[in-house]
This record gives sequence, structure tokens and C-alpha cells, in this order.
Amino acid sequence: MAMKLKERADLYRMMLLIRRSEERLQKLFADGMIPGFLHLSIGQEAVPAGVSSALTEDDTVSSNHRGHGHTLAKGVDLNGFFAEILGKATGLCKGRGGSMHVADLAKGMLGANGIVAAGLPITTGSALAHKMQAKGNIAVVYFGDGALAEGVLHECLNIAKLWSLPILFVCENNGWSEFSPTERQLATSLDKLGKAFGITYKEVDGNIVDEVAGAAGKLITGMRKAASPAILECRTTRVRGHFEGDRQDYRDSDELAGLDARDPIRLAGETLREAGLTDEALAEIAADVEAQIEAATEAAVAAPLPEAGDILADVYTRAEV
Amino acid sequence: MGEMRYLKAVNQALKDAMRDDSTVFLIGEDIGAAGGSFKATRDLLDIYGPERVYDAPIAEAAITGIAVGAALTNMRPVAEIMFMDFITLSMDMLVNQAAKARSMFGGQGSVPMVLRTPHGGGLNAGPQHSQCLEAWLAHVPGLKVVCPSNPAEAYSLLRAAIDDPDPVIVVENKALYAMKGEVPETPERVEIGKARIARPGEDATVVAYGAAVGLAEAAADVMAAEGVEVEVIDLRSIQPWDEACVLESLSRTHNLVVVHEAVEAFGVGAEIAARMVDIGFDELDGPIIRVGAPFAPSPFGKTLEEAYRPNADRIVTALRRTLA
Repeated sequence: MAMKLKERADLYRMMLLIRRSEERLQKLFADGMIPGFLHLSIGQEAVPAGVSSALTEDDTVSSNHRGHGHTLAKGVDLNGFFAEILGKATGLCKGRGGSMHVADLAKGMLGANGIVAAGLPITTGSALAHKMQAKGNIAVVYFGDGALAEGVLHECLNIAKLWSLPILFVCENNGWSEFSPTERQLATSLDKLGKAFGITYKEVDGNIVDEVAGAAGKLITGMRKAASPAILECRTTRVRGHFEGDRQDYRDSDELAGLDARDPIRLAGETLREAGLTDEALAEIAADVEAQIEAATEAAVAAPLPEAGDILADVYTRAEV
Repeated sequence: MGEMRYLKAVNQALKDAMRDDSTVFLIGEDIGAAGGSFKATRDLLDIYGPERVYDAPIAEAAITGIAVGAALTNMRPVAEIMFMDFITLSMDMLVNQAAKARSMFGGQGSVPMVLRTPHGGGLNAGPQHSQCLEAWLAHVPGLKVVCPSNPAEAYSLLRAAIDDPDPVIVVENKALYAMKGEVPETPERVEIGKARIARPGEDATVVAYGAAVGLAEAAADVMAAEGVEVEVIDLRSIQPWDEACVLESLSRTHNLVVVHEAVEAFGVGAEIAARMVDIGFDELDGPIIRVGAPFAPSPFGKTLEEAYRPNADRIVTALRRTLA
């Protein structure tokens, strides 16, 4: 089923929102405005934009340390997102989580995660809950190729298949596990693991958003009709280092030089133009996105820091006895 | 409900909680068709069906993580980890995920999951099937830890844990599973964090939890024959623990012994002793003495295990020392 131009433009808009937000974060980090670590997903925006286009607010997703795109694509509030990453009291998590832990449970965003592969069992549990609640909701877990060697991946693939859980395993394979190439991490490949567990597997060019959206949409529609797991492996590109400040001297210059040609936003822009979207329309999207980010940044910079006296708040739901 | 064994009280609490709340479900290894390794979940698969009683593969990290994710998706999972020793495999999900979600996400939602697991020796089960590891969990902000001492407590604490909005680990001493006791027709709704005076006394206080409560009561009998009245506090909950109750008792008896089956060093007793020295220093007439296992892995052989586990004699010796 071909997507309408409006829907494809929305995917472009989401990718641009993620890209420009992360570029702004990159600058704020360089200016010393963001405490802690920052892992950017520049070059990978097509995956969350594409997958989320098939999701409803009641579907759940969980993410990883490189999770800004997954979070924004699930529809969380941009102001709360920026404020959280700047460690402000007005952040989605009141400044207690930061970049690696942005969550918005009301939007079905169960959290980014600082532990590699930890989102897998949590999302498997969320999928089990969806199955028991029988409302046709599904769960999505985003993980990188760096999670493929973790034990819980194998536990979860097994259980998801045994129990026919409505979970979409989305692997963003950017070829790098931190500072090591994937071939040094895994003796097999995800398609073979899919085959071994009898789980539907689909591979796409993760930098072509229409391809991601089409494949995710088809898999998710099937999962809603009859609960079952599926794997979507998205071949994508990590443009920045593992974290901001990583000089990437372990990557060769040819690989880095080729990244621009695979830029998912440039690719989507080209195809949209060919499909008839005008330069004015594209410029309007860009201006809208810039305005939103400008407003969110201003609000976040101006927002107060958390009160030191609130350290004990929310450790438990009820006040201590 | 009449007299029943501890194990039956656990089973009854699960059964009643599942009856009262359709979001409660069970997950664990061999808990369904087999009814659990210790039979705590006997018959529950037949009553509630496979949609609410999940026989999981042997995959403790996934079992625990599934409970976390389901709890974040409006369910109330009760996971069983067959032996407490196996929680090593669950630790990321407990420590980094369940414990932190509420605080880390700024108070959004909570993780209303329960993890039941048996600890303790007495079955010659050896170094990997006997450990008491509750102090690890009590050290983690965001987790709650309870340890029932008899059948009535097992029923009430498990119901309270399932009702609780936060993650609660219910530690059951496997040597108590066969213990018989009265469970009231309308069991008391207990508040997690409140201790119970198991035996009143005016001359010394023994704080204990789980199976150590019975040992403390036996020691109190020995001391009573000598005219010394020992107060026994059943802590019930280790995290949070009832500091006010212990301090109040200490302020009457002025002598304190803390007992647990877990290794003494860096344990629950160390925390209680340190707090009482801090806030109850002026009340102390003698040293606070801990009674626990020596600093060695829990051994297999009969003579070794007997020597390893705390008993009433060692509590009596500790009481005499602090009262001297």
C-alpha cells in the first residue's frame, strides 16, 4: 500500500525534528549546558520515524542509551524532553534521569536505558501484558547490534516465540558496538537467530524511511491481528561517536566519508521532491521544526534546577513509615 | 482460615489475591503444571488457567524483566525465583530497572511487582541452594524486602506485597515451609515496614526476622527459666525496617541482640546495630551483639551446616554477654 504524500512528509518532519534536536543537544553539550554523557543517533532517524508511524499511543516502546529518536517519535513533549536532558526540574523525569533515561509512561514510552539489552525483557513483559489485556496493543523494543551478544536477547527471543507475544524486535544495526565492529561481537547474525527461533525476520535499509515504515507497518498490522513476535533489522549508520567527545579514530576515513550519501534525511528529501513536494513545503517543515526546538531550548535553559531537598522524593510511591 | 502450614498460607494468599484482582498473575519456573518446586503454587494453574499462571523457561533474568515490564503496563505480576541463590541472574532487572524506574522517571508510575523466593539452609542443599542474600536487596533504594516468620505472617505479608505499588521481594525461609500455625479467618492487613512484638519482655531485646524469630523465642524460653525476660521483635520487613519499634524496645530493655541466618558481616544486623548506636546510644547498657552465619559459603555436609546456622544456644550466649 503506497503512502500518501502527506504521510511521507510527516515522516520527513519527524526525522528532521530528531536531527535538529540532536544537533541542538550537540551544541548545548559542547557549550557545557548538558551534564553527564550524551549519545547521539544522527544518521539513524529513519528507524524510529518509520516504526512509530505504525504505532498508537497505547502501544509501548522501550529504548536504549541512544534513545532520543525513539523517544521523540513516540510523541513525548519536546519541552519536557529538552528540560530533562539539561537536568532541569521541568524535565519529563524532573531532572532525575537525563539523556539515558527519558521516559513518558503516559505516551507508552517505557524509558531509554543505560544497560545494554535491558529493554528487551522489560518490553517482553509489556508485550505479555498487552496479550493478557487483549486490546490489540503491541510492544516495540529498540536495540543496537551491540545488544546481540547479551544473554537476555536470547532469553527473550525464546519466550516471545514460545508464548506468541506481540513484540517487534527492532535492531538498529549501525555496525558498531561502542568502539568495536559488529563482526568481532557476534559469531552468527540476527537473521540466523530469527530462523533458529522461528521468528519472522525482515531486513530493511534503515536509512530509507519509507522502507522502514512500510516493513514495520506490515509486521505490526499482522501482530495486532494475531499476537506473534517479529524481528526488523534496520541497516543504518552511526554518524557521531559512541558518545559526544569520542574522536572515532578507530573508524577509517572511507567509511566516514560515505555516510553523507546515506543520510536518511537527504534521501527522503530527494524522493519527496521527485514525488512532487515543493521546496517551499520542505522549507516550511524545516522552519516549523526550528521554531519548536528554539522554544523548547529557551524554556529548558530558563527552567530551574531540581531542589536538592527533593532527593528522597519518589524513591517509593508512599511516604516512608 | 484455621491451622495450616506456611507453604499452604503462601498458596492461599496467591489464590486469594488472584481472585480479588484480575491483573495479578504468576510467572516462574515449573510453577504451573508442577505446582512449583516447593509446591507453593499447587493447583493455581487448574484454577486460573495458563493465561494467569506462566510456566517460564529457565531464564531468571527474563522472568524478572518480564515482571518489570508487565508491571509498567498495568499488571501485578508475582514472579517466583526457585532459590534465592538464583537472584544473581535477576539482579540487573531488580537493581537497575525495578528499583529505579519510579525515581529515575520522576515519579511517573510505579513497578507493582512481587518476587517470591526461598532462602535458608537446613536441607543440606549446599552452597548454591541455601544462601540468605536479602541484605543485598535491602541495600538498594527503591526495593522493599519482607521475610515472614510464620504462616499467618506469610499470608498477610504476601497479600500486602501484592497490594503494594512498589517492587517487593518476599523472602520465605524454606525450613519454615512445613511449619504449622493458625491463620485468622480475617487475616490482619499488615503495613510493610511495621514490626511486631512476638514476645514481650523487659530485660533484653532480640531483633530477628524469618526463621530466626523462632530461634529467638526458644532462646527467650531458656533465659526465662533463669528469670531474665527477653523481648523478641519480629521485624517482618527488612526494607523499610521499623526503627521506631526497635528503639522503643531498647529504651525499655537497654540491651540488644540482632539475629539472622544470613552471614553476619555487612548484613542487616550491622545496619540495625549502627543505627541504634547512633540514635539509641544513651539507652545501651551493653554491647549490641549480632548472631549470624560465619563468613564462609553455606556448606553442604550435615555437621558443617549445623555449625554454620545460628541456633538458640548462640543467641543465649549473646544475651548473656550483653547482659554481663
